[in-house]
Amino acid sequence: MDKSTQTEIFFGPNHPGVPGNYGIIYEFEGDTVTSAKANAGHLHRGFEKLMEERLWIKNTALVPRICVEEPDINEMVYAMGFEAIGEIEVPRRADYIRSIILELARIQGHIFSIGGNAAGIGQYTVMHWGTLTRDYILDIFEEITGARVYHIYIRPGGVRQDIEDETFDKILDLMDELENERFPDLEKTLFENPNAQKRWQGKAVITKEEAVEMGATGPVLRANGVPHDLRKMMPYAAYDDVEFEVPTYENGDAWDRIKIARDDMLQSIKIIRQLIQNIPDGPVQTDLGNGLKYKIPKGDAYVKIESKRGEYGYYMVSDGGLKPYRVHVRGASTPLGLYGVREFLPGTRIADVPVWAKSLGICPPEFDR
Amino acid sequence: MANDKKSIFSPVTAFKNLVKKPETVRYPAESNDAAKRYRGFHINDLEECIGCSTCQEVCVNDAISMVEMLDVPAEEGQRNERPQIDYGRCCWCGLCVDVCTTGSLEMSRDYSYIDLDPDTFIVTPDQHDINKVDHPLGYLRDENSDLLDLKRIDIEMLDPEARVDSFIEIVEGFSKEQAEKEASRCVECEICTDTCPANMNIPQYIRGIFDEELEESVQQIYEDNPLPEVCGRVCTHKCEGVCAISHRGEAVSIRWLKRYAVDNVDSADYKKILGTEKIEQNNKKIAVVGAGPAGLSAAHYLSVMGYQITVYEDKENAGGMMRYGIPEYRLPYDALDKDINYIKSLGVDFVFNTRVGEDITLDELHEQYDAVFAATGLHNGRSTRVPGTDNNNVYQAVNLLADIARGKEVPVTKNLVVIGGGNVAMDIARSMARLQMEKYGEVNITVTSLETEDIMPADQEEIEEAREEGIVFKPGRGPKEIEVNEDGSLAQLCTNCCVSVFDEEMNFNPTFDDSDIENYECDMVIEAIGQGGDNSYIDDQFEIEYAGPRIKINDFSQTSVDWLFAGGDIARGPDVINAIRTGHDAAVGIDKYLNDEL
Repeated sequence: MDKSTQTEIFFGPNHPGVPGNYGIIYEFEGDTVTSAKANAGHLHRGFEKLMEERLWIKNTALVPRICVEEPDINEMVYAMGFEAIGEIEVPRRADYIRSIILELARIQGHIFSIGGNAAGIGQYTVMHWGTLTRDYILDIFEEITGARVYHIYIRPGGVRQDIEDETFDKILDLMDELENERFPDLEKTLFENPNAQKRWQGKAVITKEEAVEMGATGPVLRANGVPHDLRKMMPYAAYDDVEFEVPTYENGDAWDRIKIARDDMLQSIKIIRQLIQNIPDGPVQTDLGNGLKYKIPKGDAYVKIESKRGEYGYYMVSDGGLKPYRVHVRGASTPLGLYGVREFLPGTRIADVPVWAKSLGICPPEFDR
Repeated sequence: MANDKKSIFSPVTAFKNLVKKPETVRYPAESNDAAKRYRGFHINDLEECIGCSTCQEVCVNDAISMVEMLDVPAEEGQRNERPQIDYGRCCWCGLCVDVCTTGSLEMSRDYSYIDLDPDTFIVTPDQHDINKVDHPLGYLRDENSDLLDLKRIDIEMLDPEARVDSFIEIVEGFSKEQAEKEASRCVECEICTDTCPANMNIPQYIRGIFDEELEESVQQIYEDNPLPEVCGRVCTHKCEGVCAISHRGEAVSIRWLKRYAVDNVDSADYKKILGTEKIEQNNKKIAVVGAGPAGLSAAHYLSVMGYQITVYEDKENAGGMMRYGIPEYRLPYDALDKDINYIKSLGVDFVFNTRVGEDITLDELHEQYDAVFAATGLHNGRSTRVPGTDNNNVYQAVNLLADIARGKEVPVTKNLVVIGGGNVAMDIARSMARLQMEKYGEVNITVTSLETEDIMPADQEEIEEAREEGIVFKPGRGPKEIEVNEDGSLAQLCTNCCVSVFDEEMNFNPTFDDSDIENYECDMVIEAIGQGGDNSYIDDQFEIEYAGPRIKINDFSQTSVDWLFAGGDIARGPDVINAIRTGHDAAVGIDKYLNDEL
């Protein structure tokens, strides 16, 4: 190999083409990637170890930070793990509220990442729109939970506070606005844009076999025609009470993955409407006693939910004490973020690197934990 | 791909936004108010806050530290510390608000603060947040988000019908599940420790119960209290009065938890648990006068230090007022004996039926021993001295209670009046109710007191239980005269209305209204208005300093005579736990005194 044509580039951790605080070390031959290596470790947050040192309740404020883009899934799996080991029943209303929160989180996560993907191909207008649309959902979160990004709202035993009826009305109004105004705009500007289509179609292909081999789920698998969705396969919260479809495509490329994000949002709107229409009355929290003394029996559980990027799970172990003995985070993007880039990126041209990196849905804290 | 709609004109639709009103809020020129529940900067009602530090305990980022504030009240049940928040660490999770024991800590809707000096981000919030201006309230705790367990576990008790005809213990105690659940309610703030006269390690022994390590609990209890079976039943439990949980809910049942811990550990294991199987002796001898709670406490702590203790007691058994004053239905003799037998097992000698001052003088004790601890208590009942009190049918409560304890026959008539509003009055009224029930099948007892019910010194639960047992209360009445029939039997107790018990300086100085007279028919009157002591065994030989009616002692229970230490009711009242404290202080003081450190 001619060394004069070879370049090594440290891509990230602060670069618009990299999702989050993480780097990829590329070697290029000309403008073609010859090797790519994930470079994690820029976060140094050590969530898993921190959790072992904190009371069960304290961790509810820590876990959402594992994924900025989609914090609520962490709150949910943490609560589910606690409830599974402790055999704690959750009030049905709380199940509904949890599902509403998770679907709102899914929409804001998707719209944010569609914006990010668009920015990766130079469509900055869509990125701004995505951020703006997300903000309207964050307004709803602020009203329900008191915070915009880190909600600390889903708790072992239920949710922190009830949702008022007027907030439900606001959610429904926003869903109408998304469906009738903002998504059509997005459709026209991005999805019908021939440039965007050209940049994404046939790029960053991950086949079904590769996805399965890698342990990638969510849009990566669904873009290969596999309707893999934990909400359907093993329903949690209130998902067994709602009707929705699992969007799938056949080509396994970046374009299909982005379309799945779009279609997923429409399904989420459908789910939210059903949930709000059918939400039962009742309590939203099981009384677990003094928050400083939460104690569950010895035991372990692996709990998982469908995040916008695929299967998201915690393996939790309790030794019967006041703190978790061990919490292991199975991040949806861990396989692709750490190993997928090494596997798939070589051979890609430099201009397509952001297409790859962004469409994989990588969230670095999931493996930098 | 062919099915994806595309048109080069589609993106052009974005230009419509050129004529739309911008959606961005130009803060701060345009206000962007936060939502009603917004978790903004903290505000804290410094008057309401008790400095319990539970917020610090729950803070996930160690952003909260407690800082001393001298200008806030530090009354009983409070600390003059208030939370200080480091906004460089805070993540606005609001768990501190959810766990606040008093509800003083809240959040405003304020979300913006700018300063170039990083130190200004560390603030002690008061009624204003970091910006020192008023903002609407933001996130508030509600019943769902509340992290405290406000409801106490009810303790099993005998029904009034089941208990009023016997001296069986009323309170049945906690089961394991109940005790652990109740123990889980504690937030371990130690406000109770500060208030307990003996400063017991309360959160620590409660934690032992929660952790199912009762041996740890027993160790923690014996650090400051060698009579836990007693205090687990009859302590005046000041701790519960200040319990942080009691500000928004019901206090933790500290007293019953202590009882649970010691009831469920075999006394045969005590020596092993407490490390007293082998105590190294130092060959110094101490005399303890009086085998009440103070004397037993001193004897215990001195003997574990290696001193040889001899306890002189004029009665035939140890326990003092715990045995001869407190009725069996509140404190069974088995429980009392469990505590006393452990102290005996440490090698403490008891000399019963020996009255210091008569059988042996204090001076002789001084000659034979290295130091003396006197705790002879208050055993002489006081009389109201109203006309008629010299009648044979007028009795002193303490004498009757002692006779009941000894199993002696006591006079029981059909229609009784008890004068007094303290716990002794409750004890005798309820004991006599049981005897009346046994003898006549009904209860006919009236309790009169100078104090109205809100200021009666008796425990509220004692009053309630007495009432459940059929005792009638006539509070706010002053005894005027006991009318006697010609044949010498009693006719009635005449009372007038007691307008006030204390004067403006809070001295005991009752005033009466003679226009409001009530008479209570009775054939027996029992006076329970307080007791006095007999310190002549000291006074006859030594000139000792007094502080009011009680012997003056320092922090180590030392009197003005350096080898003589005093405790219990003759030095500091009014209850068992104070007596235990003075005994413990004396043990430490005697050790210092004999090592020339005092």
